[in-house]
Amino acid sequence: MEAAIVGVGLHAFGRFPGVSAMDMGAEAVRLALADAGLTWSRVQGGFVGSLEVANPDAIVGRLGLSGVPLWGVFNGCATAGTAVAMAARAIETGALDVAIAIGMDKHPRGAFAAHPSVAGLPEWFGRTGLFLTTHFFGMKIQRYMHEHGISERSLARVAAKNFRNASANPKAWRREPLTEEAILASPVLNHPLRQYMYCGPDEGAAAVVLCRADRARELTPTPVRVLASELRSRRLGAFEVNSTSFPVLDEPTPSPTVDASRAAYERAGVGPEDVDVAQLQDTDAGSEIIHLAENGLCKDGDQEGLLAEGATEIGGRLPVNTDGGLLGNGEPIGASGLRQIHELVLQLRGTAGSRQVPGRPRVAYAHLYGAPGVSAVTILST
Amino acid sequence: MVADGVFTWPAEEPRLVASRCRSCGLVSFPVSSPCLRCAGSDVADLLLSPAGTLWTFTTQGFRPPSPPYDGTDGAGGGDGDGTSSAFMPYAVGCVEFPEGIVVEGRLTEPDPARLRIGQPMRVAVVPYTRDADGRDVLTFAFAPEAGKGHG
Repeated sequence: MEAAIVGVGLHAFGRFPGVSAMDMGAEAVRLALADAGLTWSRVQGGFVGSLEVANPDAIVGRLGLSGVPLWGVFNGCATAGTAVAMAARAIETGALDVAIAIGMDKHPRGAFAAHPSVAGLPEWFGRTGLFLTTHFFGMKIQRYMHEHGISERSLARVAAKNFRNASANPKAWRREPLTEEAILASPVLNHPLRQYMYCGPDEGAAAVVLCRADRARELTPTPVRVLASELRSRRLGAFEVNSTSFPVLDEPTPSPTVDASRAAYERAGVGPEDVDVAQLQDTDAGSEIIHLAENGLCKDGDQEGLLAEGATEIGGRLPVNTDGGLLGNGEPIGASGLRQIHELVLQLRGTAGSRQVPGRPRVAYAHLYGAPGVSAVTILST
Repeated sequence: MVADGVFTWPAEEPRLVASRCRSCGLVSFPVSSPCLRCAGSDVADLLLSPAGTLWTFTTQGFRPPSPPYDGTDGAGGGDGDGTSSAFMPYAVGCVEFPEGIVVEGRLTEPDPARLRIGQPMRVAVVPYTRDADGRDVLTFAFAPEAGKGHG
């Protein structure tokens, strides 16, 4: 039995002093249930992800202690992909008829900090200043630009687009549009990446209600089908975040994004040429550029021309991160991927307002990537 | 030294201490048992060549969160006090060694304009912070090869 999304809810992303992650999560759930026209008592089970909330399943205390099974899930920045995939799988297998995926987080300001041992890394890696995920992003786009002729201007184009899209999104964090010149004038944090080319950790929550596709139209005239939701971990030989080294093998190793993407296309029975609107992990502007190719949406190096012609803008051939992406919304880790799904559902329903992609999009694509080299891809359709 | 068994020191020509799996031949850095490929536990130390080529690089423009970073530079917080304790931006990069492994480390050259992918690099041992007694703490780093042009 296929799963269909019948309700989405989003607590705004940003900074909300005095509001707990769990309160934001509960608000997102209430919005998603209202959108689906369901009460909490109809939800048979769910999957909830958070980095900062130790017991995210405690959110039932805000929703009603119905005894419902609520499984906690965590896969770094790909956490929400797991929540959606597990909820969809529970419906596909017949375990549940109505399921919910929830994500919430409330991060302190600044770069993520942790002891390297929690990531399986030696202590000296942290002490000597190597244990920063941002190094990986700087190093990966540095080599990608060198190999595929991508310019610094393209990095600025991606960032400017996502902040522009965020400015049309009342629930986004960074709603002030920035010119490419302002972006290129901001301080270099990890060469070639500058301050305004990075997303920041922040706060927010999102929830998605799913049900059996054959009953979805009882709830909504516009259910959204979950065609595929796949997760893949890194393989030996791939250059990945949070690693001290990697071996050079006879054949280059694809990233987990490539693996998750291929698996998702195969399961969905669609190809990259069918994708009408996409959400790609833009931890930084370079990541969006690389992920366009790793998800099969263009060839390596073609991004330079695509960005110059505006192909990834709303109204372009392949709109990407129409709600501002991570750059515009920040990244509350547990919720980030459910924000992507929320936006894609609005786009497929045709209710995204001033951000609406013209031409009735039918196939939508969501991609996450994060430590320690894990990627989740979800493909939706009308 | 920041850790034992990571690089050879003192040494005229310091080298990184890697391991090679006796079952499948995979080279890992730092020494890894079990092997990352076959999970075999029969591994032997292998000293990597003293030089390789720069695979990629970036810079660190702000003081990393501390802990885990324990550099004494900028430890006073904020923007530093403008003296010798101000944060010193540094570069990091990945160097490909002839043994078929790419290793991440600090670079001795902080200016990205003076770094090029493909340029020859050599293993160095450098101070990166001071301990509680004011003594230098050493770690490995990669230095551009003197007298060799950019790749």
